[in-house]
Amino acid sequence: MTDVTASANPPFRPGMLIHDRRYRSMTFQVIVFILVMALLWWLVSNTVRNLDALGKDFNFGFLWQRAGYDIPQTPIPYTSSDTHFRAAVVGLLNTLIVSILGCIAATVVGIVAGVARLSRNWLIARLMTVYVEAFRNVPLLLWILIVFAIFTEIMPPPNAFRGDNATAGMILFDNVALTNRYTAIPTLAMANDPGSLDLGARITFNWATIAFVVVLVGGWFVRRMIGAWAQRVQDQTGSRPTTWWMSLAVMTLPSLLLIWYFGLSLVPPTLKGFNFTGGINVQNGLVALWLALTLYTGAFIAEIVRAGILAISRGQSEAAFALGLRPGRTMSLVILPQALRVIIPPLISQYLNLTKNSSLAIAVGYMDIKGTLGGTTLNQTGRELEAILLMMGVYLVLSLIISGGMNLFNARVKLKER
Amino acid sequence: MSETHAQTVPFVRDTMLPPADPPVREAGTVRWLRQNLFSGPLNTVLTVLGVLIVWFLVSHFWDWFAHSVWNAGSLAECRRIIAETWGEGARGACWAVIRERWNQYVFGFYPVELYWRPTMTFGLLFVALAPVLFSESAAIRRVVLGIATVLTLWLMVTLNAPALWLVFAAAVLIGALLISERRPAWLLVFSVLYPLMGVWFLWGGSAWGPAMVLVGPALGWLAWRLVGRVSGLLATVAALVVPLVWWTLFAGDAARDAESLVSLSIPAVASDRFGGFLLSITIGVSGIAMSLPLGIVLALARRSDMVLVKTLAVMFIEFIRGVPLIALLFVASLLLNYFLPPGTTFDIILRVIIMVTLFSAAYMAEVIRGGLAALPRGQYEAADALGLDYWKAQRLIVLPQALKISIPGIVSTFIGMFKDTTLVTFVGLYDPLKSMSDAVRASTSWKGIYWEPYIFVGFIFFLICFGMSRYSMYLERRLARDHR
Repeated sequence: MTDVTASANPPFRPGMLIHDRRYRSMTFQVIVFILVMALLWWLVSNTVRNLDALGKDFNFGFLWQRAGYDIPQTPIPYTSSDTHFRAAVVGLLNTLIVSILGCIAATVVGIVAGVARLSRNWLIARLMTVYVEAFRNVPLLLWILIVFAIFTEIMPPPNAFRGDNATAGMILFDNVALTNRYTAIPTLAMANDPGSLDLGARITFNWATIAFVVVLVGGWFVRRMIGAWAQRVQDQTGSRPTTWWMSLAVMTLPSLLLIWYFGLSLVPPTLKGFNFTGGINVQNGLVALWLALTLYTGAFIAEIVRAGILAISRGQSEAAFALGLRPGRTMSLVILPQALRVIIPPLISQYLNLTKNSSLAIAVGYMDIKGTLGGTTLNQTGRELEAILLMMGVYLVLSLIISGGMNLFNARVKLKER
Repeated sequence: MSETHAQTVPFVRDTMLPPADPPVREAGTVRWLRQNLFSGPLNTVLTVLGVLIVWFLVSHFWDWFAHSVWNAGSLAECRRIIAETWGEGARGACWAVIRERWNQYVFGFYPVELYWRPTMTFGLLFVALAPVLFSESAAIRRVVLGIATVLTLWLMVTLNAPALWLVFAAAVLIGALLISERRPAWLLVFSVLYPLMGVWFLWGGSAWGPAMVLVGPALGWLAWRLVGRVSGLLATVAALVVPLVWWTLFAGDAARDAESLVSLSIPAVASDRFGGFLLSITIGVSGIAMSLPLGIVLALARRSDMVLVKTLAVMFIEFIRGVPLIALLFVASLLLNYFLPPGTTFDIILRVIIMVTLFSAAYMAEVIRGGLAALPRGQYEAADALGLDYWKAQRLIVLPQALKISIPGIVSTFIGMFKDTTLVTFVGLYDPLKSMSDAVRASTSWKGIYWEPYIFVGFIFFLICFGMSRYSMYLERRLARDHR
């Protein structure tokens, strides 16, 4: 007995730091820690010495200086006499705009293409294969440049739309004009403008926008309550009440009422002189970037959707049919929840990729955060270190927010193992 | 029973009827069309839609392709030829630009008289890759090496390579062909030496530099053997420290001294002469070769039991994955001068390669971590039960299986990285896609040519990336051990 206890707890010797598995990992970690700290210290001390040698310091004061450059497209009011900080915020908002629009459109394109690639229609399946392979195997930058070149080289100038025998015509029932300088789209006009909520710093939200958001979010919650109520009734009586018309009414009627109340109407762009006015003239950089990002990421999402659907074995749908579920409910209750489990994690990383790829905006002159903070501001102030570190920080926070949010969603749909 | 049958006339068929043809609707093309294109109203609508799309594409692009011009000195001449041949107003592709600027697209601004050097380096790449990529099939190796030998030697002769180097290339290529028949594993020695040789061939300068780099591991091995008699752990430390000390303190001087004694120099080529596909492939191949080992280390670190190692790995991976590659490239071009000791300057291509490697290593680590997680626990436990230590278990049991599972992910990371090499245009390097096409358009004779350069470069990228994805499918099939 004494022997056993002695060998289980031998007295500590320095050699055990290396030879004993219990202590070895500790030793190793301490060494790694020291090495990493030394590396960091080396980098920081180099930076300090280099900054000294150049006579620069490390501070973010430049953000509050006058920017002095214009940004073609600004979601919030901005003039060249605003600060670099405001320019960076405008850039960030531009990044967010193209990313969100891109994510939505790429999801739609991806789902359609992914399902179509599995279609039993030979022609459609082949076409989608060509689309997916062509976009996945060619650099995104090429697609951005090609789409941008299509806009700048092939589209007619705005004055080609002029006159009785114009050489160019507007599309989508005279609502959208594709020109080589911008894409003119309709804007919304209100007969009863309720005014705006002023958040300070010249940032305003129209009350109508807020009302629509509230109504839509509220409608969504009410719809969920209706679903829960239907479930309760089904549990008690065995028959499920028909709810689709209630859901439809809850989701659409309030919005229609608001449209009527505010007197909302679509104002198409019209040609005045050499330019379109009345609508919104969207920079072609944004349109080209958005289209290219959509098509490129859509091809990747198509593959993810296809893999997700293929991952569900036929037995699942057959079992659902055997239970007497109709095809619609088979899809929504059996197939989709399982397919989503496979689809969502890679989908998250595609959204992240799209957001990061939106930094290719510099290729088409769209002023995103890379163009403002990491571009013009950097060049004007000569603060490479601060500007690039700040920009990387912003991207990092964006990525963490997206992946955090999507992980929450993933936690809800993933298989609950008990 | 018998009564009911008493009246019936027995009938037994003694000749077989010839089999009838299936109904027309159920045979041949008609059946295929009905099943695949017109099986229902929705399907019919989809088919019509598909035909319309194809028709739209063909009607818009066919005449443009059909009217291609391959021989012209400028865009204006191209347009004149098209107008003369197919009448006024005809559209046509002017591929003559690719023909005229071919060298620029492939080699960038590399000196013309040295074109044979990248060509030879590219040819020898296949010798280095053959034992790695095609380790199991002698037939494929024979074909790949054979084609590489013939093409490389032929191109080198065309490009006026010096006779000495022609002999060298021929010796290596034909030697590799012979060795791969008997002892393919020996070619791995060449694979290990190739990176240093490649750097020397491409950038030129003194051969003593790469040679002195090579001395480092040799010294490390020597130290390991000598110290190994005293203590195993000290030997490992010595094997790591000695090469580092050699490289940082002595290698540069040693190379300079050796060069002054015996000059082994070939003309040096500066990094700003690199461009086109030469640049893309250089960055791509080095990034691929270095990101896989780094990614494996990062993935193992992230799954480690050691809290600190794991935290550091997570921080590194998430940081790299959270920022766009462009930002990292700008760090390489603008900020690295701040982070290194004053007065340090090193090559922009090398900096870009480092950043691209770190970037794809982070993605690689996540892919491999997926493979490690997908491996059943039983495999880890079995390795432990056999009494293997950590590294042996990883090397013999875990990694071979985990890497096999993650092949599709690894290859798509490679493809993504190769596509991302085009982004170096934003730090002033001449990538084939944007910078090179802009440079071509900047000349007066090719001003205003957009589609042909883009389509050409896109096609080459497509070929390489599509080839890589097909290779990954081949590899998956070859390595499949289950479900037979």
